[in-house]
Amino acid sequence: MSRLQLDQALVARARELAARAAAPVVDLAATYTTVSVERATLRLAGLTGTDPLDGDGEVPWVNRVVDAVRDQVGLEHGVALPVWHALGSGGTLQDLAEQVGAGTARFTVPEGAAADRAREAARAAVGAGIARIDANRARREELVATHGDPPRRPWIYLIVATGDIHEDIPQAQAAARAGADVIAVIRSTGQSLLDYVPEGATRTGYAGTYATQENFRLMRAALDDVSAELGRYVRLTNYASGLCMPEIAVLAGLERLDMMLNDAMYGILFRDINPHRTFVDQRFSRMVHARAGIIINTGEDNYLTTADAVDEAHTVTVSQLLNERLAHEAGLEDWQLGLGHAFEIDPAVPESFRLELAHALLARGLFPDAPLKWMPPTKHMTGDVFRGYLLDGFFNLAGALTGQGILLVGMMTEAVVTPWLSDRDLALRNVRYVLEAAGNLHEDFAPQPGGFIDRRAHTVLTEAVELLERIAAHPQGLIQAIADGTFGITKRSPDGGKGLDGVVRKAADHFDPATELLTREVSRA
Amino acid sequence: MPDKGQNRDFGPSEGASVVRPYGDTTGDGMVQTSFTLPVPPGPRADGAALQLAQKMGIEPAMVVHSAGIGSGGGAAGDSAAFTFFVVYGSVRHLVDLDAVHVEERPYPLLSPGEVNAAVKTRLRRSLVVLGACIGTDAHTVGIDAILNLKGFAGEKGLEYYRELQVANLGAQVSVPELVHAARARKADAVLVSQVVTQRDAHLRNTRELAGAFREAMGESRPLLVVGGPRFDPAMAADLGVDKVFGRGTTPGEVASYLVHALVPEEEPS
Ligand code: B12
Repeated sequence: MSRLQLDQALVARARELAARAAAPVVDLAATYTTVSVERATLRLAGLTGTDPLDGDGEVPWVNRVVDAVRDQVGLEHGVALPVWHALGSGGTLQDLAEQVGAGTARFTVPEGAAADRAREAARAAVGAGIARIDANRARREELVATHGDPPRRPWIYLIVATGDIHEDIPQAQAAARAGADVIAVIRSTGQSLLDYVPEGATRTGYAGTYATQENFRLMRAALDDVSAELGRYVRLTNYASGLCMPEIAVLAGLERLDMMLNDAMYGILFRDINPHRTFVDQRFSRMVHARAGIIINTGEDNYLTTADAVDEAHTVTVSQLLNERLAHEAGLEDWQLGLGHAFEIDPAVPESFRLELAHALLARGLFPDAPLKWMPPTKHMTGDVFRGYLLDGFFNLAGALTGQGILLVGMMTEAVVTPWLSDRDLALRNVRYVLEAAGNLHEDFAPQPGGFIDRRAHTVLTEAVELLERIAAHPQGLIQAIADGTFGITKRSPDGGKGLDGVVRKAADHFDPATELLTREVSRA
Repeated sequence: MPDKGQNRDFGPSEGASVVRPYGDTTGDGMVQTSFTLPVPPGPRADGAALQLAQKMGIEPAMVVHSAGIGSGGGAAGDSAAFTFFVVYGSVRHLVDLDAVHVEERPYPLLSPGEVNAAVKTRLRRSLVVLGACIGTDAHTVGIDAILNLKGFAGEKGLEYYRELQVANLGAQVSVPELVHAARARKADAVLVSQVVTQRDAHLRNTRELAGAFREAMGESRPLLVVGGPRFDPAMAADLGVDKVFGRGTTPGEVASYLVHALVPEEEPS
């Protein structure tokens, strides 16, 4: 699809260096577990609901149980051994949770035959959750076969976020009828920093709607209805980031979400979550996404809101390569990698549109089999909404011209409000016009070899390889690069940030049935 | 009320104190607006839009565009529950320029050199400035634009000023943490940014900030300055802070204000 002649030796070198730079992160993920990984395991085994007597009744049972295990025997063995050992004498997971609530549950770490029995029981319980994820994946394939995929690429991706799920649903359905192929329900400000997943249908988010299992279910059901009506399978996206990344990934699999924002570094850089916590959590969540057939979206576009889109273009490329590496390592396939990049060059820069085309084509050329997620201008949008509408038109054109896979619809009111109903409708009209008028222009568009676009793409790739050389040369690789402020000019030290107290080094007998079952599948593939 | 007939009073060249919006002719009063009504498209919707326009003072009004929302491409379908309108027309209202009040900046704009000199000679110690984004707001670009060396709009940020001792705590700082830090560092001024405004989050957070500082430090609290793109600079007193900065603020304006508010007029003798 890309018409750029990339230096293949340089491309190969870039991937080799990315693997080296990411290695310390892969080791980290194998060495530690987190409270959220352990809670995700219990969610896979079917534990739901909250403790009605704790606080405002907001604390989920999975938190109560993991905390109780941690208090009594520590988390280094994982929750599965003590929990299913305790269940050996009968009762359900739900009963056990209630005993935790009542303060009567006693946990011990079993050994020998008792441990074998606990492991077997845990595998069966968690296996049931994985079977439900498998069934959802099959169901999605069936629905896509019945209703059909969007008629063209890029898929049109639209954000809905009123804070109220019951308000979001009609808006999402309206957007789908107006042409959106993918609906993303962006989360409430602050959810990333909650160390639990809220429950139930919610109506009170700030600049976004809480991600809860019930909200997922309601929205997926509403989009199933509209898919049948339109004869086109409308996909649903949410955000696996923040302190509960693994749990949200599990809920997405259980409720048949189709795409998830999942970036290996976003939480670290933009929410100041501890790097160790994030790296362990992202590994688990990506394994779950891989199994669920979910397409992930990475967040490189965000770097260009804090760093300059021309000067730091190569950091986007570096991050895409690292995200690709960490995704492959967790079992995701190329078709599942919606690597992010964005149209964020200051429109006042001369030749800004040609530079954008160069960057977009570079990403297309480097990742030919990945869908790629193309993000609209945000940083240089202003209160001049008319200018913003024009800029979004150019963004849409760049997306069509460079063969992007997923196009996030830009809003002319980006700098003013969270989008109004009419903003979305106008934005979709903009996209429809451009795709209908010029959707196949990429067939006629080949930048001249040695010309401005070709040279710019080569420069960015060369700078990316140079940066990767430096990152890979350090024993801490990516972890050090983040401490140095390489991405989005934001520095995060390995011991800083939120959520470090939820990270636990695994003991030799640590047992996590989910990772075991999911890894088996990965190595078979 | 001036006579509507005195059209020449409305012209820009006359230095008139009463004006009307300008479409293509002096005094034509033309405006353009757009909005959505929860009404399916059709003659009734257009009538509803006209009614609203008239109540807004647009008379005569023209609905120049109306389209159903969410009807799936093409012409407006019957299924749409909303209609979007673009309306043009002439407003009846007059603008009385004499009645427009703008808060003139009550302090002079100083260069970094002048700020440093004022602090050094009149305060005789460096000024301690603490910055943060509070609550769950993670938008740091605005506060960084004011504080970081790199600055904004061609002006260097406060860190560049030799006589200002700046600490930027970053984002997602809780109010108690900020109060604690302000006390520990003996901050003269605390600068807070708030960008997310949905459901008035910025106003709630600012009031919480003001309340916490009042409670913890009373009269001896540091100068409280908040900023963000959707703040109304006239709201400071109502919010319980000393100063509010809005969109497009530059570091120089903030530094000049700090001198005005914190540095005595005269050199100590
Ligand atoms: C960059 C950006 C982000 C980045 C932030 C990166 C970072 N480290 O800062 C990322 C991608 C992380 C982000 C995330 C979100 N964002 Co955002 N983001 C923006 C964006 C595109 C630009 C903001 C910006 O950097 N402006 C440039 C700076 C220089 O301008 P400024 O902030 O206005 O600051 C100036 C003045 O206001 C003033 N000022 C500001 N603060 C202070 C403080 C003091 C003391 C003083 C004196 C002056 C001052 O001086 C500055 C210089 O002039 C805007 C859209 C837009 N174009 O405005 C949306 C926007 C602000 N984001 C928005 C939202 C909703 C979010 C999310 C909540 C979305 C979600 N649900 O997940 C998240 C949540 C993050 C969180 N927890 O807060 C909304 C806010 C809507 C609203 N009004 O409530 C906006 C308007 C987009 C939209 N239309 O929906 N975002």
